[in-house]
Order: sequence, then C-alpha cells, then structure tokens
Amino acid sequence: MASSTGDRSQAVRHGLRAKVLTLDGMNPRVRRVEYAVRGPIVQRALELEQELRQVIRANIGDAQAMGQRPITFLRQVLALCVNPDLLSSPNFPDDAKKRAERILQACGGHSLGAYSVSSGIQLIREDVARYIERRDGGIPADPNNVFLSTGASDAIVTVLKLLVAGEGHTRTGVLIPIPQYPLYSATLAELGAVQVDYYLDEERAWALDVAELHRALGQARDHCRPRALCVINPGNPTGQVQTRECIEAVIRFAFEERLFLLADEVYQDNVYAAGSQFHSFKKVLMEMGPPYAGQQELASFHSTSKGYMGECGFRGGYVEVVNMDAAVQQQMLKLMSVRLCPPVPGQALLDLVVSPPAPTDPSFAQFQAEKQAVLAELAAKAKLTEQVFNEAPGISCNPVQGAMYSFPRVQLPPRAVERAQELGLAPDMFFCLRLLEETGICVVPGSGFGQREGTYHFRMTILPPLEKLRLLLEKLSRFHAKFTLEYS
Amino acid sequence: MQRAAALVRRGCGPRTPSSWGRSQSSAAAEASAVLKVRPERSRRERILTLESMNPQVKAVEYAVRGPIVLKAGEIELELQRGIKKPFTEVIRANIGDAQAMGQQPITFLRQVMALCTYPNLLDSPSFPEDAKKRARRILQACGGNSLGSYSASQGVNCIREDVAAYITRRDGGVPADPDNIYLTTGASDGISTILKILVSGGGKSRTGVMIPIPQYPLYSAVISELDAIQVNYYLDEENCWALNVNELRRAVQEAKDHCDPKVLCIINPGNPTGQVQSRKCIEDVIHFAWEEKLFLLADEVYQDNVYSPDCRFHSFKKVLYEMGPEYSSNVELASFHSTSKGYMGECGYRGGYMEVINLHPEIKGQLVKLLSVRLCPPVSGQAAMDIVVNPPVAGEESFEQFSRESVLGNLAKKAKLTEDLFNQVPGIHCNPLQGAMYAFPRIFIPAKAVEAAQAHQMAPDMFYCMKLLEETGICVVPGSGFGQREGTYHFRMTILPPVEKLKTVLQKVKDFHINFLEKYA
Repeated sequence: MASSTGDRSQAVRHGLRAKVLTLDGMNPRVRRVEYAVRGPIVQRALELEQELRQVIRANIGDAQAMGQRPITFLRQVLALCVNPDLLSSPNFPDDAKKRAERILQACGGHSLGAYSVSSGIQLIREDVARYIERRDGGIPADPNNVFLSTGASDAIVTVLKLLVAGEGHTRTGVLIPIPQYPLYSATLAELGAVQVDYYLDEERAWALDVAELHRALGQARDHCRPRALCVINPGNPTGQVQTRECIEAVIRFAFEERLFLLADEVYQDNVYAAGSQFHSFKKVLMEMGPPYAGQQELASFHSTSKGYMGECGFRGGYVEVVNMDAAVQQQMLKLMSVRLCPPVPGQALLDLVVSPPAPTDPSFAQFQAEKQAVLAELAAKAKLTEQVFNEAPGISCNPVQGAMYSFPRVQLPPRAVERAQELGLAPDMFFCLRLLEETGICVVPGSGFGQREGTYHFRMTILPPLEKLRLLLEKLSRFHAKFTLEYS
Repeated sequence: MQRAAALVRRGCGPRTPSSWGRSQSSAAAEASAVLKVRPERSRRERILTLESMNPQVKAVEYAVRGPIVLKAGEIELELQRGIKKPFTEVIRANIGDAQAMGQQPITFLRQVMALCTYPNLLDSPSFPEDAKKRARRILQACGGNSLGSYSASQGVNCIREDVAAYITRRDGGVPADPDNIYLTTGASDGISTILKILVSGGGKSRTGVMIPIPQYPLYSAVISELDAIQVNYYLDEENCWALNVNELRRAVQEAKDHCDPKVLCIINPGNPTGQVQSRKCIEDVIHFAWEEKLFLLADEVYQDNVYSPDCRFHSFKKVLYEMGPEYSSNVELASFHSTSKGYMGECGYRGGYMEVINLHPEIKGQLVKLLSVRLCPPVSGQAAMDIVVNPPVAGEESFEQFSRESVLGNLAKKAKLTEDLFNQVPGIHCNPLQGAMYAFPRIFIPAKAVEAAQAHQMAPDMFYCMKLLEETGICVVPGSGFGQREGTYHFRMTILPPVEKLKTVLQKVKDFHINFLEKYA
C-alpha cells in the first residue's frame, strides 16, 4: 500500500498523506497494458491541438471522424426507433418505418431504453444468423450461437477471458499475429495470459505461413500451455486478405494442435485488391467437413465500426461461436449478464447492417449508391497510398488488400536510431513524434503493433478524403526524405 | 459409452435451478474420465470445457439474471407455445428496468437523441428550438459532427463539462472538475474498471473489498472475476437497513487476518434494500475510510430515486468536501451515476459516469489507458447522459412538459403501497422503501420447506421463488443472490409495474405466501 519514497515525501510536504491507490499498489497487470492506437503519440497530438495547431488524426480507424457520411437509411431507422413519434412523419420512407417498428416490437416496453436479453435482442440475433448464412452461401448459422456485444472488442475480451487458466508453465498461451491490433496484447496483459507471437511475412505481402505457426507454437510449449490462435482477416494493421488455402491450412493446424480459433473479421466488407476475396473462417471450416467441421472450436467477430458503415461510436458488434461446449457457452452468457446487455442502439444498427434494404425496397437505390461510393473511394485510397509510398525512397508499402490502413516500412538512418535511443524512445516512435510536430500528421509507430527486430513501420489510416489523403501522403514522404537527410 | 454419454449430457445439459457450475463441473470431470478410456469411439474432448476454463469466471454469479430468470424465459416460451399455466404472462419483477415495465421515456431526451442521430431533423419544424440547441452542441463536440465517431476514451469533452456543472449544482456549489469525470458504459463499467485497477497482491496481501450485505451482485461478481477478496459488512435489518460503522469496524478487523482491505463500497440509495443514508452516517463512513485508509466507492445511481419524506440524498462528494481539508484532500473517492435509473430509465443506452476525487495523477493516466483499449463508451449513451445532467430549465420551451414527465410521484406511491401491502401478510416483513426501486422483504420459510429446498439442492429462498414463479408467473430474485444474514430469507422485487398491475402482483404474492405457509406447515 505504501507509495514510493519520492511520492510520500512530496505528499508530506503538501500535508497530504500517501494514497491508497498508487502505481506501486495498483493491479500490476493493468500497469503492463499498452494500447498504442491511443497511446503516447495521441496524447502529444491532443496537446498540439490544444495549442490550436492543426492535427490530422490518421491514427485510428474512425471513418466518420475523417468526414465519411453515415449511411442515410441506417440513421433514419435509428431515429425512428429513438423517437417513435416520427413514425407519423411524411419525411421518412416506408421501409425505414417498417424496420423501426419491427425492431421496437422486439424491445422490452417497445423501447430502445429497456435492457435487452444479455446475448442481444432475439430478433436481431436471428437476423445476424441469416446474414451469416447468406454470406456463407447457405451454410447454416444458429441464432443461439450468436452473441451481440459492445463492439467486437467486448466479445474478443470475453472469449479470451474464458480461455485463460493455469499458472506458471500451464498458464494459457495465445498465439497472435505480429504485427497485430494491440487490443490482443493489451487483453493478454490484463488477463495475465502468455502472449505467443507468430510473424506475418512482410516479403510476401504479410502472408500467414503455417511453418511460422509451428515455430511459434513449438517454442511456446516450453513455458506455457498454448490454447488459442488469433487471426485477423482482413489484417490490421497489415491489410492482407488471407487466401482460402491459407485459411484451410490454419484450420488444420489449429485442429491438429488443439487450439481454439479466434477469427477477427471486422474488415470483412473492406476488401479492395483485385484477386483478393474474403473467405469467412466459418464457411471454410464447414466446407472442410469432418473431423474439422464438427469439432474445431471457433469464434468469429464482426462490428458496425468498419465496413461501409463506420458507426464506431455506437459500439455495435457480435460473435458467432462454433462447436463451443454447451456448458461453456452458458458460462459466457453468465459473464455477459453481469454487464446486463450491449447498448441497444448499437444492436439496432447492427440489425440494419446485416439486413440492409432489399432491391425492391424504396431505400435500396440510395443505400446502394452510398455504400458503393464509400467502398469505391476506400479502394481508390488504398491503391493511392501504396503507390505514393512506394515512390518514396526509403519507404516501402505492401499492397493494401483490405481493411483501412497502410503499414509501410521506413528506413531510418543509424544516427536517428541512436538519437531515439538517447531519448529513450523506440526509433519509429521518434520518427512519428517528429512527423507529428512538423507536419501535424498523427500516425502510430510500428512498435505499437509489433514488428521484426530492426525493422520500423508506422500505421496510417486511408480514411481522409481522397485529395486530402494525396496531399498527406506526399507531405509525409517529403518529411521522411528530410528526416533521412537530417540524420545522414 | 452410454454411461459416459449420460454423464456428458448431465455435465453439459440445461441448467437445473441451482448455482452455476458446481454440479456440472463434477459431472463433466466424471464424463471426461470415462471418455478417456475409450477415446477412439468418441468425439474428442473440447479445448474449452468447464474444467479447463477460467476458474475465476466459473466462480462468478449474477443472480439478477441468473437461474430464476432463465427459468422465467423457459416458461415464457412454453406460454408462447400454448402450454397451459395458472397464469397468462410472466411478470419480470426481477430487474430494475422501468421502460420494460411500461414507463415512457422523457420526450425531450428522445427528441435531442433523434436530432443527434439524424441531423436532417434539425430542419424540421416538429422539434423545439431548445432540443435543437442541445443537439447541435453535442454534435459539434463529436468527431465529424457525428455520433458515429469514436469519442475520446474519457468521453466527449463538453459532456464531461456538463456533468461537472451538474455535480456542482447538485452539491450546492461544491466544485467539480471536468478532468475528474469519466463517462462510462453504464455505471457498471466504471465500477468494474476502478475495482480492476485497485486489485493487487497475493495470499494474505490480496486486496480485500468491503461490500454491503445485502448488495447488488455486480460487486461480488467483479470481485470473483478479479480474484479479489470479498469482505462482507452487514446492513442492519432491524434498523431499516442502516449502515452501522461498528459493523464496518468488525468486518475490516476480521478481514485483516487474511487479506489487505483497501476498498469500501457503499450503495446509496441502497440496492436491494432501498435505504437512504443519513448525512451523519455518510460522515461516519468517510471518517472510517479515512482512518482505515480505504478507497471509497459510492454507487449513487439511485440519487434521483428518493421517496421517503424524511430522507434526502446526500452525495458522498459533497459531504466529503464539507468535512474539511483533512478529509477532502486525502480520501480517495469514486462516485457513480447512470442513465438507467432515476426518472429517465434509459437502461438500454448504457450511459453513465464516474467522478474521481483525490486520485493520484499517475493513476488517472492508468485509468485513461485502460479505458482506451475499449476505445470509448457508446456515444449515444454519452449524449443521453448529457441531457440528464443538462435538462430544460425554467424559461425554456420544453421545461413545462419535461417537469411533468420527470415527476417521480408514481414511484413514491408504489413504494409505500408495496411496503404496506407486504406488511399485511403474515410471515412477510418489509422495511420502508426509502429510495431506489425495489422491495426486499423478509419471508418466513417453514422448516419443512427448508428441507424440501435442501432435497432439491437449492437455497430455501430460491426454492420459494421458483415455486412462486411456477404458480403465479411472477419472477423475483431470491435474497441468497444478494446476500443476507444466515438463516434469514428474502427476495427482491421491483416496484416498476404500473400501479394497478403492481397491486395485482402484490395480492398474488400474498396469496401464494399464505398457501406456501400452509403447505409446508
């Protein structure tokens, strides 16, 4: 309970006593948590903004913050649900009203303000199951295996929580990709689980190599009990879209090595590269037949935050569990019930995402136009980013096959690396801080996601409007050249 | 193999109405053992089983949505399928969800929310100007002027400012700093986060968390999950569920044997008990926390639900401040509020905030870091919170209607009605419902019924509540889910159904109880 000596003497000087809750006394696991996407660089960005400097927040996958418009139909239905008096307004299309009524009827007291069942509104879970079936070419999905959540992050944490057990050498190990979305490392730190890194192959457009999975697993067995394998597809920060063969290989590996599979598929609607196609883990698993289909444990995640919707602030999401032990599934429901339910507006939004207007609906044309416009622009920005970065000497950028980020590799001169070390900073953090100070562009250093030793990267979103993005990419490239010159 | 299959079924089958996990895990273990003998004939064992899962999660219980509620769900499905029962509907009196029981949302709140959700409506003549002003202010503070952007992890800035202004007004001018305000996904999220940061140590130095008995079982659930040590202090049923500092002393002294007590949780107004702490009591508690160096958590989500004319809500923050600098500069406090209760009842929005006092600046940094991993609380819930703390004022267009709608007279009436009716029933005693939204009556359960319960491997009040559910369709939560003194039995029932329905419900409970007493005499 005692704070550090310095703390205590300062407290005494101010006539204050030592605090109950100090860095030394707090939960040590929480202390180890890091989340670079909103970490130190973003704090510095905030300081600059407060000094009225212009900052471009290219650090976070938040499309609407960068000017993307919400899909009209989604907001119309939601407004009708929020304020049902509007159901008598002539300014809303009939199909929107019908949807709102359908959702409200499924809510307690016909209101978004009632708690829902902890796994989410039954009707919406059924709609999610139907969406999954359509997406997967008819392969059945059971609504009882669908759990709505407060964003995908919530469900990912819940599943990981269930998996963590043992101690010392038997402590649960979880395989995660490097580079990864740092929710995974943060959660593993918080849960005191063992993080087991497997490296994606930068030389081959960030491909996932099963040989590397074997290597990682083999080394991990020394000091932990590996029980889960996390895959992000399309990848974050890397944007690679897994081939079907790769997914099959991963499933086979997971089955042979007895690993629970977590498939983070929140970017399933963000696929841009010609020749790339999203294959859901569920679909591939089922099509592989026995023994995999009936036995491989899998949890797949989706969200309203990405895709063409970009409804981050509503915190909508779901997990579909496959081949989960029934008793464990009830334990999961129990765990969710302590927090009562996911936000109901987010559930409503998710419903619209999984059951959008049909071609015969009045809102279809506008919905389709808006959706296609968003996705087309994202695809153009993905291509532009790859192109501009690859023109810059010292920056190389793998194709952005999907998701909404580039993760280019940057060459940093040895003197810059030394300077960073003097300052106690990771070299790419040093680079990114200087970039921020001099250009106002806020990106996240690769060290926040993981990378091979001696390599440096940063993650930048492709979300600013196209022409603005072009300017930013060029500005960044010029900065890199200047930085390289400065430290030659 | 048949035996193994049977064991697996028992291990993995639907819940019997008993505590989660215990009977199942032993059945599952047995099943695994049998299956290992003949592996080639069987499906292979799963990776994630009751045995192999996180034991801390397994230990978690949350009665408010526990076995009895699952049973209620099953019965509802049966009713839907046309199966005949002695009743036509299940009455969900288990959860503090006002709108589910027919309470109407506040018009102004929903207008502002709709304007924020679909800003085209800002051009509509059907919305009052004061609602539009609020909506514009919120939207301007959001990324891309949209509820769809992530907010700062601590919450939208201007909303935190509004919350601070609300607290300052509520507390008669005692200043609140927006920097100490964190918006959260319901109050539960804030409570869970603070507890998480606090828990450390091992063995005898493991963090002990003092909680009231009876308590709202979020606390015990989070303590289980975090593998912290639960330290019970008993509220005094004879004295209207008063908090007695001597009991706090007793509890903390005993706890020091086996843990490091660091945290004291208070729920005021109380849940499930509904008692509203006197100012003197709050001062005593603060002094005790100061003396024993305990971090104070003040769960004040029912601060707008005070009914008894003799009672008033006193915020811990205000009292702390008014006790002078020795306390107000030193005692670490976190107070919680929510959009789910009060006159708003906006449970589904998951809106809430916590105000932290005297936290070490480095801890505040850690807090934001932890919150940032989940990005931000739902922005629509933040907006709802904004309207709760920044409602229409006199002179504004919407003020009159808002004032009418936000009156709690109905709840006060139902509180009195419930107390009175229960106290007319032989074998039921109900303390006054001073606040919150529940009755927590004590019920006499005859010895024969206690035996019958034990035969069913159920807590006696769970047995009682199951029978009540099966015979009347009324779903309440047994006292064992909240904690109670050994040998006493209670249940928690909400006072949320509309008055006439509530009267019917109370009558049915009365009739059931009398029959129950006769049956098990």
